[in-house]
Amino acid sequence: MTGFAIQRLLQAIAVMLVMSAIVFLGVYAIGDPMELLIPPEAPQDIRREIVARFGLDRPLWVQYLTFLGNVVQGDFGRSFIYNMPVLDLILGRLPATLELTLAAVLGATLIGVPLGIYAGYRPDRAGARIVMALSILGFSVPTFWVGLILILTFAVSLGWLPAGGRGATVELLGTQWSFLTANGLSHLLLPALNLALFKLAMMIRLARAGTREIMLTDTVQFARAAGLAETTILRHHVLKLIAIPIVTVFGLELGSTLAFAVVTETIFSWPGLGKLIIDSITNLDRPVMVAYLILVALLFVTINLVVDILYAALDPRVRRGRTA
Amino acid sequence: MTVPLLAVTGLCTHFHTRAGVVKAVDGVSFTLEPGQVLGLVGESGSGKTVTGFSLLGLVEPPGRIVAGSVRLRGQELVGLPTPALRAVRGRQIAMVFQDPMMTLNPVLTVGRQMGLALRAHERVSRAAARARCVEALTRVGIPDAGARLDAYPHQFSGGMRQRVAIATALLHRPAIIVADEPTTALDVSIQAQILHEMRALTRDSGTAMVWISHDLATVSSVADRLLVMYAGRLVEEGPTAQVLRTPRHPYSRGLLDSLPAAATPGDDLRQIPGSTPSLLALPPGCPFAPRCARTSDRCATPPPWVVDGDRAHRCHHPLETPP
Repeated sequence: MTGFAIQRLLQAIAVMLVMSAIVFLGVYAIGDPMELLIPPEAPQDIRREIVARFGLDRPLWVQYLTFLGNVVQGDFGRSFIYNMPVLDLILGRLPATLELTLAAVLGATLIGVPLGIYAGYRPDRAGARIVMALSILGFSVPTFWVGLILILTFAVSLGWLPAGGRGATVELLGTQWSFLTANGLSHLLLPALNLALFKLAMMIRLARAGTREIMLTDTVQFARAAGLAETTILRHHVLKLIAIPIVTVFGLELGSTLAFAVVTETIFSWPGLGKLIIDSITNLDRPVMVAYLILVALLFVTINLVVDILYAALDPRVRRGRTA
Repeated sequence: MTVPLLAVTGLCTHFHTRAGVVKAVDGVSFTLEPGQVLGLVGESGSGKTVTGFSLLGLVEPPGRIVAGSVRLRGQELVGLPTPALRAVRGRQIAMVFQDPMMTLNPVLTVGRQMGLALRAHERVSRAAARARCVEALTRVGIPDAGARLDAYPHQFSGGMRQRVAIATALLHRPAIIVADEPTTALDVSIQAQILHEMRALTRDSGTAMVWISHDLATVSSVADRLLVMYAGRLVEEGPTAQVLRTPRHPYSRGLLDSLPAAATPGDDLRQIPGSTPSLLALPPGCPFAPRCARTSDRCATPPPWVVDGDRAHRCHHPLETPP
C-alpha cells in the first residue's frame, strides 16, 4: 500500500510539472499583457521599467523557473489587475464556487441514483419511461438556455426566487458561506438546479444501465432464492455493485464543475471562480490564469487520487496483497 | 395416504417471446419425499433449470408458469403472491446455483451476504447472526469459519465459494434444496468432495434435494431416483440403479453410452446424433424421433407416459429389459 501511495504521488508530481509547463507556455502565447496595462503613449524608458518590474524582459525559461521556485514556496505571484496575491484572490472566490458545485453534484447524485435504479429495475413502467425521457431532455438542452428560462420563470414571472448574487452569508472557518442562511439558500437554489440538470441526467443513465445489467445476474437470482425482499436486494446488493462507476463520474463531475461552472456563474452573477477566470482572460492577467489552471490541475489530480482510494474501499478485488 | 413433501403435477412454464411460445417446461410431474435426492438430468436446453426456478416461483418475464401445480406439504405455491413465496424461498426451499463466482456478490463480505439471507426470514441480533453463519460454514467444512466471515468471495477458492453458497442455502435448515449443477464449475476432485458432503448433510438433516445436472455420472452418485428430461418433458423416471442398468428410453440409453466409463478405452465415445431441437419448432410426435435409431411411423404421434410399477417412460419403442 505504501509503495502504491508513493508511486501515485510521484505520478501526481510529474503530471503537475508537465501541466505547469504547458499552462505557462500557453498563456504566454495568448498575448502580451503589457499592451493592455501600459498606455500606448507612455515613453519607452517607463515602459521598459514596468516590463522589468514584472520580470517579463527575461527569457521565458528563466521566468518559468522563477515562477516554479516561487510556487514551491506557496507564492503564485501578484495579479496584474488587482495588485494582490493571486492565491488570496482565488481562495477568496473558491467558497462560492465550492458550495454551488457541491450542492449541484450532491443533489444530482442523491436524486439521480435512486431514480436511475428505479428506471433500471422496472424499465417497462410508465414512470421509468418518463424518467428516461426527462434525462434525455437534461442531456440535450443547453445549460445557458435552461438558466435563462429558470430566471424568467422563478425570478421574473413568479418572483419566488432571486435572479442572481449570493444573498446573505455567514462566516464559518474564516470565509463566507451562503448555504447557512435562508436567504443565501434561496439564492443558491436556482444556479445549483441549473448546474445539476445535466449531471442528474448522467447519474440517472449510469444508475439505470448498471441496475439493468446487475438485475440479470445470478447474484440477484441467488439473493431472491434466499428469500430476500426486492428492496433489500436493491439497497444492499445492487447499490454496492453500481457504486464504482458512479463514484468515478461523481469525482470527475465535481472537478470539472468546480473549474468550469463559468456559464452558470455568469448567468446568475455568482461571484465564483468562473467569473474570475473569464475576467482574467479578457484582461490577460497572466498570474491569475496560470495559478488558476494549475490549481485546477491539482484539483483533478487530488480528486482522481481520492477516487482511486474509494475504489479500493468499494471493491475488495482492487485491494492487493490480501488473498487467501 | 400421506401428503408428499413436494408434489409437482403437470407443471408448464412457457416463455412468450416474439418468435413464438417456448415451452421450456411442458407437463412435468414428480413427487419428493423428505431426505430423498431426485436427480434431474438432460442436455442443455432441456428445461431442467427452468423447472428448478419454477419450484420457487423465480421465473422472470417473459416466462410464466401457465399450468400445473407445485404443492409443498399440500400448500399450493403456483399463483401465490410474491410476499408469501418469499417466505418459502430460502426457508422451506433453498437453491444452490452452478457458478459460485457469479452467485456471490463480489463486493460484500461473506458474512454480510449470509447475514442478509439470514435476516430475510428471522430477526436476529448481529452477534447471533454471526454465530449462525459460523455454524453453517463449519457444517459445510470451512475451517476457521469465524475469521473467514469477513473475507470477500474472491479470497476463497472455487470449492470453498460453493461451500459458502451451500452454507447460505442451509442457514434456515430448509426442507428442500434445489441444486442446479452445483458441481459443474468445480475441479473433479472438489466435485467429489462436495457431492459427498451434500449427500451427508441431507442424510443427517433429512433434507430432500432436487439435483439438476447434465452429468449423468455425478447425478447417479447422489440421486435415489432419476428423472430424465428432454425438450421440456420427462422421458423417463425410475430408481437410479434401475435406470442406469436398464434404461427404457433411447435418449437415456444415449446419455449413458456417451459416458466415458461406458466405452472401451481407446474407442471413440458414442454420442447422440444431432442436437437438442429448437423448442419453437418441435416435431408433432416424439421430439426425440429425429435423433433416434428406433424410430418408426408411430413416432409421428406423441408417445404416452407409460407407468410400470416404480418406473415410467415416454416412448413407443422402449428398450426391453434384458432377461
